[in-house]
Amino acid sequence: MDHLTELENKSIYIIRESYNQFDKIAALWSVGKDSTTLIWLCMKAFFGQVPFPVVYIDTSFHFQEMYDFRDYCVDRWDLDLIVARNDQALAAGMGPENKLECCTALKTQALKDCIAQYGFEALLLGIRRDEHGIRAKERYFSPRDQKFQWDYENQPPELWDQYSARADEETHIRVHPLLHWREVDIWRYIQREGLEVVPLYFAADGMRYRSLGCQSCCAPVASEAATVDEIIAEIETSSIAERAGRAQDKEDAYTMQKLRALGYM
Amino acid sequence: MQPESLSFVLVGHVDHGKSTLIGRLLHDTNSLPDGKMEEIQEAARAEGRELEFGYIVDHLREERERGVTIDTAQTFFSSDTRDYVIIDAPGHKQFIKNMITGASQAEAAVLICSAAEGVQEQTRRHAYVIHMLGLDQVLVLYNKMDMVDYSEERFREVRRELREFLARLGIRPTLEVPISASRGDNVATRSLNMPWYDGPTALTALDKFRKIPPATEKALRFPVQDVYHVDGVELTAGRVESGILRKGQTLRFMPGGRALAVKEIRQYLSEGLPQAEAGECVGLALDGDAPRRGRVGCPADDAPQPTRRFQATIFWLSPLPFEPDRGELTFKCATQEEPCRIAALRRRIDSGTLESLDAEDGRLMETEVGEVLLETDEPVVLESFYDVQELGRFVLLRGHDVVAGGIVTHTAGDAAPAHHETIS
Ligand SMILES: Nc1nc2c(ncn2[C@@H]2O[C@H](COP(=O)(O)OP(=O)(O)O)[C@@H](O)[C@H]2O)c(=O)[nH]1
Repeated sequence: MDHLTELENKSIYIIRESYNQFDKIAALWSVGKDSTTLIWLCMKAFFGQVPFPVVYIDTSFHFQEMYDFRDYCVDRWDLDLIVARNDQALAAGMGPENKLECCTALKTQALKDCIAQYGFEALLLGIRRDEHGIRAKERYFSPRDQKFQWDYENQPPELWDQYSARADEETHIRVHPLLHWREVDIWRYIQREGLEVVPLYFAADGMRYRSLGCQSCCAPVASEAATVDEIIAEIETSSIAERAGRAQDKEDAYTMQKLRALGYM
Repeated sequence: MQPESLSFVLVGHVDHGKSTLIGRLLHDTNSLPDGKMEEIQEAARAEGRELEFGYIVDHLREERERGVTIDTAQTFFSSDTRDYVIIDAPGHKQFIKNMITGASQAEAAVLICSAAEGVQEQTRRHAYVIHMLGLDQVLVLYNKMDMVDYSEERFREVRRELREFLARLGIRPTLEVPISASRGDNVATRSLNMPWYDGPTALTALDKFRKIPPATEKALRFPVQDVYHVDGVELTAGRVESGILRKGQTLRFMPGGRALAVKEIRQYLSEGLPQAEAGECVGLALDGDAPRRGRVGCPADDAPQPTRRFQATIFWLSPLPFEPDRGELTFKCATQEEPCRIAALRRRIDSGTLESLDAEDGRLMETEVGEVLLETDEPVVLESFYDVQELGRFVLLRGHDVVAGGIVTHTAGDAAPAHHETIS
């Protein structure tokens, strides 16, 4: 079995386990490459029909290409879409001038409200272990407590595909079927499966986006990679150093930490 | 081309040099980002510390604690032949839960033991865990050779002691390399300080680990995970845990033994698969009502006898001890789940020394190992861990918490344990 098939089967097993264990479950879908891969794996796990809702957290400041791609996929894959949006904060004029407050209101709070409204017990997320340092500590099934917080020092052991389906007090479990994938695996899989992604990932005028979000807070990186093949080649040939060079700057990193403490994914 | 990727867990007593080794490997394989080394040097100078290789990892870890985004380098590196994932396991006793979680996802283990300090408690405990998890590829690194004047005699002395302990567990190290992680001797480059050693460096020794092939040559076992209805067809979903499943074959679903023919093997977008191998997740169209979750599909002529009483070795993971009169446990193996109890504690072992402890009161404390007789309410389908790992390993839950990991040593309750299964 080749590497990608191995990764795929492990993810499908975890997705099926989580669907078996929880009645109220949904997948979080940002339309980015990782969570789109996650949705595709759900399609495969359930033979062409995702049997639970997909949640799109809409800050209303996303790129138009993202909304277009979202609607295209919903239509094509017949997805049950839930849009989580904090209309109250938006009406009060919340915007990206203050990043921390804005993310907290438009992402974290919107998600909290959505979980409360639908009573979700579990959420599937497309995070990877190689994305953020702290994520190296994540488990496949990771409980979040009532305050949305994550007690990573004291997580349940996870052995041999036996996942702790629930602890007693937490509000919900986050399930991470892509935890063992790396960035380059995702792109190779996208290539192998012939998956479509938001066009913003591909270089135009010497620039492309490596991650997607709000128009105000995403900066493109210099790149000539205009196809999936070229992106893979770019990741393969660029030394790790170059990849790291594109990491968020210090200030941004600090924001991330704060956001995480507040329960953002 | 997808390069091969292999994951190994790095274990050893605290302070024997794990961080230093990781720092050294990252540095010597050029896996540290440009500028990172300078940044770290700068930070060390500012703190008035001498730059050590372990500091690289401390620095990265500290960034990690602060939640600062860092690159993948700390856990991923590449040799000339493949990519590696290091599963780093803290050496402190209280982290044994994390160590086991990490080690259960690894394909091989690297055990580091300081030639200066010699074999210590966590060296032994970690070796025990490696043994219990069935990791049979073990590279032993004897570190800090610079502190013992690169002495061949000292190397042999510590090696003799550790070999003897490992032999009691049935572990034969794949390779044993004397190194100095801080100076770099025999890590990625051959040392001139140990002319008496002519074996491989640590890095070439890693390249000798095999990828573990899926268990295709074993008997077919297909535990049912769930049942889906797709376009009016009932699909029995599951993962082939061992063996090969073929279209047209008749499966017996145990316990119960209902025989059903496999009409079709499906994956999304490939409906008519001729077969599915160990490791593959598939859906089966069967010629009868789908069996429920937890039933195990087996070849009609090679179905195991389900059992309610069996022998096992368990590793207690919870800070709350096992007490015989404190409630029921739940047994989980593959997709099977059954209430169970420990009918007898035959031996209680200190995993750090392998000494037998007093088992009189039937209690088991965190990190202790028990040789037990387990009894489930209803029969379950098992294999000896030494035959089919996938159906020979399990966890025990108390309430919702995983409190122990275990392996089946004998599927019958009364048979005498085979020789290699007990620790002498
Ligand atoms: N002399 C010498 N010291 C070492 C060597 N490897 C590690 N050390 C030192 O041993 C101490 C503990 O090492 P560390 O890597 O933090 O151990 P860990 O707890 O296993 O991660 C540190 O002070 C290291 O500098 C070595 O090969 N030679």
